[in-house]
Amino acid sequence: MAAERKTKLSKNLLRMKFMQRGLDSETKKQLEEEEKKIISEEHWYLDLPELKEKECFITEEQSFLLCEDLLYGRMSFRGFNPEVEKLMLQMNAKNKVEEVEDEAVELDVSDEEMARRYETLVGTIGKKFAKKRDRASYEEDENGHIKPTVKVKKMFLKPQD
Amino acid sequence: MAEAGGVTTESLAGDRARAARTMLDQVVLPGEELLLPEQEDAEGPGGAGERPLRLNAGTRSRGRVVCGPGLRRSGDRLLVTKCGRLRHKEPGGGGSGGGVYWVDSQQKRYVPVKGDHVIGIVTAKSGDIFKVDVGGSEPASLSYLAFEGATKRNRPNVQVGDLIYGQFVVANKDMEPEMVCIDSCGRASGMGVIGQDGLLFKVTLGLIRKLLAPDCEILQEVGKLYPLEIVFGMNGRIWVKAKTIQQTLILANILEACEHMTADQRKQIFSRLAES
Repeated sequence: MAAERKTKLSKNLLRMKFMQRGLDSETKKQLEEEEKKIISEEHWYLDLPELKEKECFITEEQSFLLCEDLLYGRMSFRGFNPEVEKLMLQMNAKNKVEEVEDEAVELDVSDEEMARRYETLVGTIGKKFAKKRDRASYEEDENGHIKPTVKVKKMFLKPQD
Repeated sequence: MAEAGGVTTESLAGDRARAARTMLDQVVLPGEELLLPEQEDAEGPGGAGERPLRLNAGTRSRGRVVCGPGLRRSGDRLLVTKCGRLRHKEPGGGGSGGGVYWVDSQQKRYVPVKGDHVIGIVTAKSGDIFKVDVGGSEPASLSYLAFEGATKRNRPNVQVGDLIYGQFVVANKDMEPEMVCIDSCGRASGMGVIGQDGLLFKVTLGLIRKLLAPDCEILQEVGKLYPLEIVFGMNGRIWVKAKTIQQTLILANILEACEHMTADQRKQIFSRLAES
């Protein structure tokens, strides 16, 4: 009785993986295409002609900083607040590029002098930590600058056989 | 599409759009449309069939035009939204871009704008943030970490009622404005709590911009009177401090009144003060 009439299987059941193992690749492809069609038809889209946005060269800004060169908001006159006066020079100089050169000249100690001081500093400080034996080897220049002496580190001497 | 839109706005406005170049430093009213220089050639009276040859062909390629406060973009043109004088600034540094157009208008009500330095009054302290009244539609929020050298353990010494000089980092019509008291490098550069004493008063926004202009004579003359300190906030607030109360009050009165005085009247007042 069961062999006479094939039981009608539902579409969803036929779409399941275990039912598709027996199918050929062609029928598989057809089934896939049908599924894709169903899915893509359900997607919503706007039926409008393609609009091209014109390239626009105008930007909108709400700030006055771009429009007018305004000074810095904090000000002090005749030395009432020295920090604010220093700040005024700094901030207003940022707007003008010429001021940058003046700033470089205003250094208290030039780089060369710093280098010279450091050279001699090494010897002076080194003297403080030197042991009595090494202090004898320190020689003094005409100007009183310490000449740094090269110390030979005493390494372990392997005894020869 | 743009042409159709242009025609309807013209008919609504009732007059032809004029060239921005011809309207510089003149009074413009809301609703007027302005043409940018590059568009005049196509829409001018003789431009229909002929394209006049220009020696400076570089103007054909448009640079970026910035429309500043008081102007909006409508299609390819500028639409005026505030009444005032139309100003223009050429771009510096090589001429890249078409420059800035804006309307020099006058108003008393401040609208927070990103990047503006303002004076605010602390109204509330809630948890990690301070609520600061800047004169806008809502109080700005200021985090306690937005001060130089502030950490979770090292809190800044800010009380309710203090005056703060800071700048906006977030300021648009959709969100609550936020301000900070440090710049992008993390340094205070003059921002933070404004010191003791002194007097805070309110003026119009246009006066602040006039006083902060690079060639302002009023400030130069004021600075010669006596030692004093001034802080200008772009929200129309000015804080002044001098050695005595009388000097502070004189200064406040001068700054408030100088908006409506002519240069001669101002010089008279300054000479009278210098004598006394």
